[in-house]
Amino acid sequence: MQVNIKTYILYSYMLCMSCKHNSNSTVVLQDTANWPAAFGFGRPATQAEIAKLDIDVRPDGKGLPPGAGDAATGKTIYMAKCAACHGIGAEPMDVKLPGPALMNDNAGADRNKLKTIGNYWPYATTIFDYVRRTMPYNAPGTLTDNEVYSLTAYILNANNIITAQTAMNAASLPKVTMPAKKLFVPDNRHAGPEIR
Amino acid sequence: MLGGAATAAVMLFKSSYGKMIHAGIPESVLQSADPTKTIGPPPGETGTRSAFEHVVKKPSDISSRTPLQDLYGIITPSDRHYERHHAGVPAIDPHKYELLIHGMVNKPMVFTLADLKRFPSVSRICFLECSGNFRNSKETLTPQEICGLTSQSEWTGVMLSTLFRETGVQPKASWFLAEGGDAAIMTRSIPVKKAWDDAMIVYAQNGEAIRPEQGYPARLLLPGWEGNTSVKWLRRLELSDQPYMTREETSKYTYAVKDRIRQFSFEMDARSIITFPAFPQQVAKGWIEIRGIAWSGWGKIVKVEVSTDAGKTWQAARLQEPVLDKAHTGFRYLWQWNGDTTEIMSRAIDETGYTQPSLQQLVNARGTDMGGYHMNPITAWVIQRDGKVLFKPEKWK
Ligand code: HEC
Repeated sequence: MQVNIKTYILYSYMLCMSCKHNSNSTVVLQDTANWPAAFGFGRPATQAEIAKLDIDVRPDGKGLPPGAGDAATGKTIYMAKCAACHGIGAEPMDVKLPGPALMNDNAGADRNKLKTIGNYWPYATTIFDYVRRTMPYNAPGTLTDNEVYSLTAYILNANNIITAQTAMNAASLPKVTMPAKKLFVPDNRHAGPEIR
Repeated sequence: MLGGAATAAVMLFKSSYGKMIHAGIPESVLQSADPTKTIGPPPGETGTRSAFEHVVKKPSDISSRTPLQDLYGIITPSDRHYERHHAGVPAIDPHKYELLIHGMVNKPMVFTLADLKRFPSVSRICFLECSGNFRNSKETLTPQEICGLTSQSEWTGVMLSTLFRETGVQPKASWFLAEGGDAAIMTRSIPVKKAWDDAMIVYAQNGEAIRPEQGYPARLLLPGWEGNTSVKWLRRLELSDQPYMTREETSKYTYAVKDRIRQFSFEMDARSIITFPAFPQQVAKGWIEIRGIAWSGWGKIVKVEVSTDAGKTWQAARLQEPVLDKAHTGFRYLWQWNGDTTEIMSRAIDETGYTQPSLQQLVNARGTDMGGYHMNPITAWVIQRDGKVLFKPEKWK
């Protein structure tokens, strides 16, 4: 009996040494102690159901679909489906539109203070990913891949990043270098007293 | 007369008491009636708020703010939780709900809501805060208007690490994409490390299913991190060896620091606000218990200091238990106001040794172009001789 209690105390003490966070609270049984390697809940995903949802596009181009588009076609689509909310980059500063400005180079120095795709976005692939997933705001998910390529080409051209002749497709879009990319740095705050 | 009133009440029960319970009792009825002379509505299926209470959120086009100055304790009533969404609140059928986990995993898997609920079920209390939670335009701002984009709940769900054990995660996977099932199909890239630390997939909030505005039927919950990363209406997680650079982590939720743009700024730095006395209250000379909340995305609050002389001297406030990790923590400070004009303010100190900065300290660290996100300066209230309390806005540009 005596031995048992001593062993127990020693054991608890050793457990406490290893648990940094709860060093002065009571020892609790680790939640995962008697867990199986797997619970077996859920089911394997099929390739078809993954393909249906896997719409994301990465900066290296992973996820870009087949197809292509150009700025001239993009301009026509933009005027019909986007301009009413986003303008054409020539509005005076005090005009309030339902959507944010997407170009900043057409109406003088004042407009260039606006954060837009041309001066703030670090990756061109983000335009494709975002427009395809959620624009136009009033009819999300209605654009074809070719339309999205054309819109991306138009927006990049209107921001003076690519020429009107540069077609956008899965090979060319990831190669576009955005002017603002060099400005982006990962968070350098860390735990501790320093204010950053 | 008395008989007539009683009969009317009985009639009411028989005809439409279900409706009465849902609507509550109109204030006009409460004011005119002597409650000892009228039988009230019977027990019901759902409770009501007193018709005398008008504690509401403050909506704009894109968000809705929690009435911090009207809350007691540290739990935000679920229907007063702040809202921020990018394409409205979707209606998702829980029977059709599925969560897909794929990418750099050993076994791509689909979990139904019922599957998620079979796993070991964990509850924790923590705050959520939008990183754009800052207003300082004018003197006539309430705590709700200054920083009402933070709320706190008890969340229940499954640890994300439990699901990742189930699918297996490949050694080279360092990020995962979290994607919502709303019309914005909201996406954020999250370091895998957060999954092993304390990330959860939650399906309940304060004892009931999550509210639609908070992500029904299931959302990601990343304790201490900017609210946008806790993707609501979660439908998909994809493991990857790099971030996806989505619109919400490039165009938005990034901010100027000196001549650079800071990205992937996740933890919410320590912050506090005095919620009483605050605009638009008017106080009287004598004893005042200064009250407020403090929180930190880096851990526990260890101390809150209060100044009643415009920041010249600081005293420790009393922390109200429970003091939890990454959680709103109540503080109280008893003060005798002599009736002179003064400024009161609070600063939070967390377990990492970080002290909530002044606006000037933030400007020094980030430059005058800062703004937009992760603003946590000390909030000061001016108490005028007539007892009226005003917010003290500070300009830095
Ligand atoms: C009904 C108005 C409306 C229409 C039409 C519309 N948008 Fe938008 N757009 C918005 C709103 C509102 C936002 C901001 C959404 C948010 O912040 O969550 C937005 C955001 C964007 C953004 C991100 C801007 C940034 O700075 O982060 C892009 C890019 C965009 N839209 C492209 C398009 C394109 C291309 C079309 C046409 C196919 C289009 N939009 C049609 C309203 C609209």
